[in-house]
Amino acid sequence: MTTRYTETHEWVRLESGNIATIGITAHAAEELGDVVFVEAKDVGTHLKDGEAVAVVESVKAASDIYTPLAATVESVNSALTDDPALINGDPEGKGWILTVTLDDPEAFNTLLSAEDYKKL
Amino acid sequence: MWFCPIFAGVIPLMNEPLKHTPLYDLHVSLGAKMVPFAGYEMPVQYPMGVMEEHQHTRHKAGLFDVSHMGQLRIRPRSGGGAEAAAAFETLVPMDFIALPEGRQRYALLTNEQGGIRDDLMVARQAGDLFAVVNAANKDSDAAYIEKQLAGDCQVTRQFDRALLALQGPKAVDVIVDLFPQAAAMRFMDCVDTTLDGVAVTLSRSGYTGEDGFELGLPADKAEAVARKLLDHPDVAPIGLGARDSLRLEAGLCLYGQDLDTTTTPVEAALVWSIQKSRRPGGERAGGYPGAEMIAQQLETGVYRKRVGLIPEGRAPIRAGVELFADEAGTEKVGRVSSGGFGPTVGGPVAMGYVSKEKAALDTPLFASLRGRMVPVVVRRMPFVPAGFKR
Repeated sequence: MTTRYTETHEWVRLESGNIATIGITAHAAEELGDVVFVEAKDVGTHLKDGEAVAVVESVKAASDIYTPLAATVESVNSALTDDPALINGDPEGKGWILTVTLDDPEAFNTLLSAEDYKKL
Repeated sequence: MWFCPIFAGVIPLMNEPLKHTPLYDLHVSLGAKMVPFAGYEMPVQYPMGVMEEHQHTRHKAGLFDVSHMGQLRIRPRSGGGAEAAAAFETLVPMDFIALPEGRQRYALLTNEQGGIRDDLMVARQAGDLFAVVNAANKDSDAAYIEKQLAGDCQVTRQFDRALLALQGPKAVDVIVDLFPQAAAMRFMDCVDTTLDGVAVTLSRSGYTGEDGFELGLPADKAEAVARKLLDHPDVAPIGLGARDSLRLEAGLCLYGQDLDTTTTPVEAALVWSIQKSRRPGGERAGGYPGAEMIAQQLETGVYRKRVGLIPEGRAPIRAGVELFADEAGTEKVGRVSSGGFGPTVGGPVAMGYVSKEKAALDTPLFASLRGRMVPVVVRRMPFVPAGFKR
């Protein structure tokens, strides 16, 4: 499993085949502060690259989360409904936001590597 | 991911560098995240985080730097506090003549249409009035008051002084170490006193819904006093993020969001702040800008009114969200002016302006949020009981 990143602070992990998991990076979670609400697009929704897939709200602000690749929503993390703070506690683990089916799994390799993301 | 600025209404002018309060270095050393606010670089949160800072203030004591706000002294050209009070009554619909010396009061500067130029705290002192005004309006407020009262009063801008707020149920236990007389003060008492020989204005007030104190003091003393307060185990530094959620839960207005020059005190549900003596039929009725409009609204009512709103579910409803009477969204009845997550309430809270027919308590409404309709209910404010020591 490889994890890649976006300039807008999402992480995307290619699971198997064309399934990928999306969340926000530790840096983004830190910037946003205490998350109090998460709302993802409905399962089955098809999204173009760059479209908003979820909104994450902290006490301070609401932030859109984008999919960097065209995809269809496969599942959403229901644990975030009761405990949205999982995003702060474990942003790249239990705080995952949704899984998607990528239109083109090859395009995954165009995203930033962990090393390139750190350089931002 | 896109970070939406929380205080979008107060982005500073492009060319002006951001100012620093006397506590800037302290904020940075405490690990604060600094953001632009009303022309200043201010702490929005510390490493504790907004949620915990909010809870800390509700349960213990939080220290806020509010030095960006404007402190003014309004001194009569002859006489004392009574003369200043009489002159100031020509600018506000509040009673300052009957306000005893050493007492503070919430006030509204009105315009000729009855709209609100600013909301402020004003204390009657022995020789003058002490006012604390909003940061974004301090220059215009000072110039306006100076011009209007030119013949009667002199306005001193104490913008170089620091203002600290210590808020929360433990605030009094902490402040008595510096000011023993604080224990005997009541909510909205204000005294000119000294600390180590320097002039301090101490009031038992604040803007969080909690008991607490505000201290106006010289800039060069601010950091030492702040550090002394922070040394107490019950005190933590609190940023603007928690200040916003605290005041929202307390049902208190933020100027520029919940109040503006097109909104009257009657629409803003601030009639409680207009004493009987200044209302129609009172001994000093009228006599301030916009008095006719406000008198008329007091008699015949208003078309829209500020109300408290509790959304169903967990999604915060923020400023700008439109409100409807029906789920289909055909009848628009108002707009959210402030909203977010209330850590003490444990869910979303908001306030907004709705048409008078929809302003009654428990009226069900709908908020249009990201293309769906979220049920909200008109509720009484404050959303949390006030902790004032009256």
